[in-house]
Amino acid sequence: MSDVAQAFSFRRVGAMVLRYWYLLRSSFARLIELIYWPAVQMLMWGFLQTYLAGQGSRYAQAGGVLVGAVMLWDILFRGQLGFSISFLEEMYARNLGNLMISPLRAYEFVAALMIMSIVRLTIGIVPVTLMAIAFFGFNLWALGLALAAFFANLMLTGWAVGIFVSGLVLRNGLGAETFAWSIMFLFLPLTCVYYPVAVLPPWLQTAAWLLPPTYVFEGMRALLIDHTFRADLMVQAFALNIVLFSLAVFAFLALLASARRNGSLMQTGE
Amino acid sequence: MDARTLDPIVTADRLAKVYKTSVAVEGISFALARGSITGLLGGNGAGKTTTIAMLMGLVTPTSGSVRVLGAEMPRERYRVLHRMNFESPYVEMPMRLTIRQNLTVFGMLYGVANLAARIAAIAAELELTDLLDRPTGKLSAGQKTRVSLAKALINTPDLLLLDEPTASLDPDTADWVRARLERYRDTHGATMLIASHNMAEVERLCERVIFMKRGRIEDDDTPARLLARYGRETLEEVFLDVARGRDRQPTR
Repeated sequence: MSDVAQAFSFRRVGAMVLRYWYLLRSSFARLIELIYWPAVQMLMWGFLQTYLAGQGSRYAQAGGVLVGAVMLWDILFRGQLGFSISFLEEMYARNLGNLMISPLRAYEFVAALMIMSIVRLTIGIVPVTLMAIAFFGFNLWALGLALAAFFANLMLTGWAVGIFVSGLVLRNGLGAETFAWSIMFLFLPLTCVYYPVAVLPPWLQTAAWLLPPTYVFEGMRALLIDHTFRADLMVQAFALNIVLFSLAVFAFLALLASARRNGSLMQTGE
Repeated sequence: MDARTLDPIVTADRLAKVYKTSVAVEGISFALARGSITGLLGGNGAGKTTTIAMLMGLVTPTSGSVRVLGAEMPRERYRVLHRMNFESPYVEMPMRLTIRQNLTVFGMLYGVANLAARIAAIAAELELTDLLDRPTGKLSAGQKTRVSLAKALINTPDLLLLDEPTASLDPDTADWVRARLERYRDTHGATMLIASHNMAEVERLCERVIFMKRGRIEDDDTPARLLARYGRETLEEVFLDVARGRDRQPTR
């Protein structure tokens, strides 16, 4: 019987969420780290936007386009990182063996990591959105339903990347840890976080439109500059996310099966 | 034939594991009777850990089969993982979590009913009650071993796999752990497989010993018969004979 055919247990998912919550609340440094970088990023881009707006840049004058971009980027980046870090905690703690011989299913483990990425993101991003209102008068929450569409699409992409990276670490050990920290930065230039897709050379635009976050950042600019919500972009992003997420789950299961064949689950080091 | 052998808890049949460049386990077959304690002995690289990993479904066999509690591993592992557990000093518990938090998490994972009462009972049994709210990372080696044992017993397993359960413990603590394992077997009828380098431990706990060498089973019998067969006084001497390829006593 396949894993998916077995009963899903909310209690086991709850156990893993509880495990990460215990860990998070045991360390003040871990909590501060969640807020520190998003706050630094937002302040830097916010002041840059203020400067550019003073120089007469129409782009920078459009209500919080840079501050909005950096906060949406953080949703994407921290969404993936929140997923991956919780997974890496098991590697650091040398606890993966205990989990892999327990009744915890792979999809329950993934569900717990997804929930924890939302928890970590909420702790990190909510205070930063309030700082953005205080410092730059930009209210991300005022985007309303559009923000919900942006958030859902960015989280799906972040989870897909997180799932794939976790599979790489399962198969290859902590030697693959660097992907958890760096892989999302490939998305930074390609998904056009701070500039329109039209800036890219034509051949690179094709690659950019294959990535769901590109539609989100274009949609954000359309909303803030042209005051138009592009539902079509969100639908396209969602369709691509379904494909990306499915591929990531498929790759994760293949890498897990490969780890069982290669004995990688017995070792959690490099 | 012992009635227990008719109803084995574990059955390995021509079990083999080949990694890219090495043969870890080479077609071994054995069965573990219900309620038995078996020692799995062998030098480093003999294939003990890979064998245990295949029993737990952590490693997929290259060929052969292994059935645990009636389920084929690793394909049907989720039918039986809640009825087995594992303890090893080389697989740690999350250090920042307290003992109570760790036992709560693993108790939930194993679907333990009345979890708070179970944690209280197992803490009392393993003399951990006063330490329950202390972070696991701040415990001594002996205390950590007791916590690992508490995790391994949280679901009252029918099959307990132990990898060097008393490694790095002082003799007094090691003896204490062995006594708890014996008591658990006696009270619950559990089956245990113990990989160990401690021959005194194996002589005390195990009614049967499987010697492995270079992925194969070199010998498999009761400690008394092994001692007689090799003409030795201790299992340690037998271990050295097997490891160094010295012949057994000629059969009279």
